[in-house]
Amino acid sequence: MTARAVPAGGVVARGVVARILPRSAVDGPGNRAVVFLQGCDFDCLYCHNPETRALCVHCGECVPACPSGALTARPAAGPKRPFGLELRWDATRCVDCGACVAACRRDSSPKAVTMSAAEVLASLGRQRAFLSGITVSGGECGLQPAFLESLLVASRAAGLPGLVDTNGSTDYAALPALVEAAEGFMLDVKAWDEDEHRALTGASNRAAIANLRFLAAAGKLYEVRTVVVPGRFDAELTVREVSRALVDSGSAARYKLIRFRPQGVRARWRGLPVPDDDTMAALAALARAEGVREVVVV
Amino acid sequence: MSASLSVITDRSLTYQQKVAALAKVGEETVRPLSIDPETQALRDAGVVCDLFEGSAPYRPRYVVPDYERFMRQGSAFLGLEPPRDIWEATTALLVLYRHVPSITTFPVYLGDLDALLEPFVRDEAEARKAIGLFLLSIDRTLNDSFCHADIGPDATTAGRLILELSREQKNAVPNLSLKYDPDRTPDDFAILAAATALEVAKPSFANHRLFASEFEAMGLGDYAIASCYNGLSKGGGSCTLVRMNLAALSPRSKGRDDFMDRVLPDAVGRQLSYMDERVRFLVDESGFFESSFLVAEGLIRKDRFSAMFGLVGLAECANDLASRGGSGAGRFGHDAKTDALALSIVDRIASIVGSHRVGRLEANGGRYLMHAQVGIDSDRGVSPGCRVPIGEEPELVEHIIQSAPFHRYFPSGIGDVFAFEPTAKANPRQLLDIVRGGFSHGLRYLSAYAADADVVRITGYLVKRSEIARLNSGGQSLQDTTALGRNAVNNLGVLERRLRS
Repeated sequence: MTARAVPAGGVVARGVVARILPRSAVDGPGNRAVVFLQGCDFDCLYCHNPETRALCVHCGECVPACPSGALTARPAAGPKRPFGLELRWDATRCVDCGACVAACRRDSSPKAVTMSAAEVLASLGRQRAFLSGITVSGGECGLQPAFLESLLVASRAAGLPGLVDTNGSTDYAALPALVEAAEGFMLDVKAWDEDEHRALTGASNRAAIANLRFLAAAGKLYEVRTVVVPGRFDAELTVREVSRALVDSGSAARYKLIRFRPQGVRARWRGLPVPDDDTMAALAALARAEGVREVVVV
Repeated sequence: MSASLSVITDRSLTYQQKVAALAKVGEETVRPLSIDPETQALRDAGVVCDLFEGSAPYRPRYVVPDYERFMRQGSAFLGLEPPRDIWEATTALLVLYRHVPSITTFPVYLGDLDALLEPFVRDEAEARKAIGLFLLSIDRTLNDSFCHADIGPDATTAGRLILELSREQKNAVPNLSLKYDPDRTPDDFAILAAATALEVAKPSFANHRLFASEFEAMGLGDYAIASCYNGLSKGGGSCTLVRMNLAALSPRSKGRDDFMDRVLPDAVGRQLSYMDERVRFLVDESGFFESSFLVAEGLIRKDRFSAMFGLVGLAECANDLASRGGSGAGRFGHDAKTDALALSIVDRIASIVGSHRVGRLEANGGRYLMHAQVGIDSDRGVSPGCRVPIGEEPELVEHIIQSAPFHRYFPSGIGDVFAFEPTAKANPRQLLDIVRGGFSHGLRYLSAYAADADVVRITGYLVKRSEIARLNSGGQSLQDTTALGRNAVNNLGVLERRLRS
C-alpha cells in the first residue's frame, strides 16, 4: 500500500521540515528550492548537518542558549512529551545564530516544523518563478514517504518537478507512486563494502545498492554521490562498482565525487583526512574508464 | 596646450584613437545649435548632458542598418553583389561595417548575425573557420565595445558557432545579446548562451517578447539591440541621446513636491527642447539623410529614426528626496516607499516625454524613446539608469523583482548586471532560471558574468581586465572603451558588485 497525497480519509500528509532553502544552485540542475526533512537513520562520521538527524524531544535544554528569545518552553503532557515540556520557536525572533543546535545533545533542532506540501510550496513565494524545481533532502527524506510523495505530487502540479536527495535506506521499489512522482533521485552510495559502510554510517548499504540498481534501471537516477574520506573505506572499489552498476543498467546518471570537507562536521570528526587532488582525479579517471557518461568532482 | 596638440602628443592613444579625437576637436570649432540660456545652464551644471555627441551633429548617434536587405541586394555604392557563400557573406558585412556612421566612428549594431549567416552555413567546419575569422576581424578592427551583435531567438548552427567561438576567443568586441523567448529559444541553446556568458560576460539576455510586441505596437517594425543595450528600430536608429542626471537635479529642489511639480517638469522640458534642436540640425541642415548611400539604398530610412531621452542617477535622486521627506523612508532598492517615489518620478518623466511630439521624425508618431543610460566614465556617485547602487544590492531575486517595474518604461534600453561566483559556471541552467523568472516579472534585459572572467561588463559595455592593466602600466589599448572602463572601475566600483551564488 503506497501513500497518497490525499488518502481516502481526506487526511493531508504532513512532514517534519528542518528548513527550506528558497534557492540553491548546487542541489540539482538549475535553481532549486531545497526542502530539508528532519530525521535520519544513518550516523555518518562526516555528516554536515547533524542537527537534522533526530526529531526534537522537547527537553528544553536549548532554550537558555537562545540569545534572542526565539525559544520558549511551556508545560505539556502526553507520551510525546517525556520531559513535560512543549517548545515553541518564533521564526520572527530567530537570528539564525546556531546556538540552539550547538546546545542540543541529541543531534536535533527545535526549529523543525510540521508542514503540509501546500504550506511548503506557499512558503516559496516570489522565488517560484525563478526555479527549475525543488529538491527534497534531509536528514533522510525517505523516512517520511507519505509526505515526500505528497510534496512531489503537489510540486510537480505547480510546475516544479522534484528531485529526491536520499541515502537510499528506503526501499523505493516498494513505493512506485512516489518514484513516479519524482523527477529523479540523487542517491548516496557511501561505501560499497558493507562492513566499511557500517563503520562509516552505522547502517547497512544493502538497500542503497538495491536502490542504485532499481532507480538506474527505471531511468529515475539523476546522480549518484560518494564522499571520499581517505582511509575510511575502499574508495576505488566503491567507485568501480558504482560505475559498473550505472553502465550495466545503461543509466545516464552522473557520478559526483565529493571531497570530504571538515566544515560543519561534528567536532570529534573534524580531523578526518581530506583527499588531495590526485586522489580525486584518479577516482574520476577510474569512473570515466568504466564508461560513466559524466563524472563531477567537487 | 591646444586641444588638438594635446591629442596629437598623447602617447596613450593609438593612431586611430587620435584621428577620432581630432575629428571631435574639429567639430567643436563650429557651434551652429541654438541653445537657450536656461538649457545651457542645465548643461553646464551637468544635469543635461549629450554624452560627447559633439556641437554640430553630422550623423545620427546610433545607426541600425537593415543588414537583411543588404544581404539580399548587395550595395551599388560599395560595388558588392549579394553574397553567395559564407566567405562572401562575412566579407560583405565587414566591408559595410566600415561605412556605418556613429558617435563612436564604429558601427553600434552589427546585425542579427545568426540569421544573416545561417543561409550560408553549408559545411560546419568551413562555417566555423569563416565565422571565427569574422569575429576576430571585428574585435581587431572595430575597436570599440559598443559594437553590438544580436542572435536568437531561434537556435541555429550559426548562432551556436557564434557562442562557441565567443567562448574560445574571449574577446571584448562585439557586445552580444541573445533575443530570448522561452517559447522559441530551445533550452539547450539558451543554456549554452548562459554558460558562455559565465565564461566571457556575453551574451546578455533580451526579453524578445517584450521588445518585439512593443516595437510592433509603436509601428517601428523589427527591433535590434545596439551599443550597450539600446532597443532601436531596424533600418533606423536614434538621432541623438541626451541624458538627465537626476542625482544632480534633485538638490536643486526644495523638496519632493517642488521637485515633482516644478524642477523636474522644467528640466525635462529643457532637455526635450535641446534634443529637438539637435534633431533639427541633423535633419534640416547637416544633409545626412540626403547624402548617405545607406539612405539611397534603403538600408536605413528616415522614418525609422527616433531619438532617445536618457536618464541616470534615479537611485541617488530618490534617496535624496526620501531623506528630506521626513517620512523615515529607507534606501532605494530596500524600501517600498522610496521605490514607489522613484517609480513616480520615472512615470512623470515618461508622461511628459510621451506627450511631446517632434514633427521632423515620423517614427513612433514623433515621440522620443526613453532610455536608462548607463553613465559616463567621469560619473561619481551617480548610479546607472534606475539601478540600485553597487554595494547596496539586494538578494538576487528580490533585486530583480525590485528592478522589473522600471523596465517597462524604457523600450530603448534598460538593464541590470549581475556578477556571479565562479562556482556558478558549474550550473549554467541556474542563470537561465534567473532570466526566465526575471522576464516573467517584466524584466527587459539582463547581463551576467563570473567574477573570475577577464572580460567584464562595466556598465553596458565589455572591457578586458588585462587591457585595463596594460593601460595602467603606460601602454596603449586597441579598444577606445578600455579607458572608459578603467575610469568606471575607479569611479563607480564596478568590480565590487555583489557576488551571487
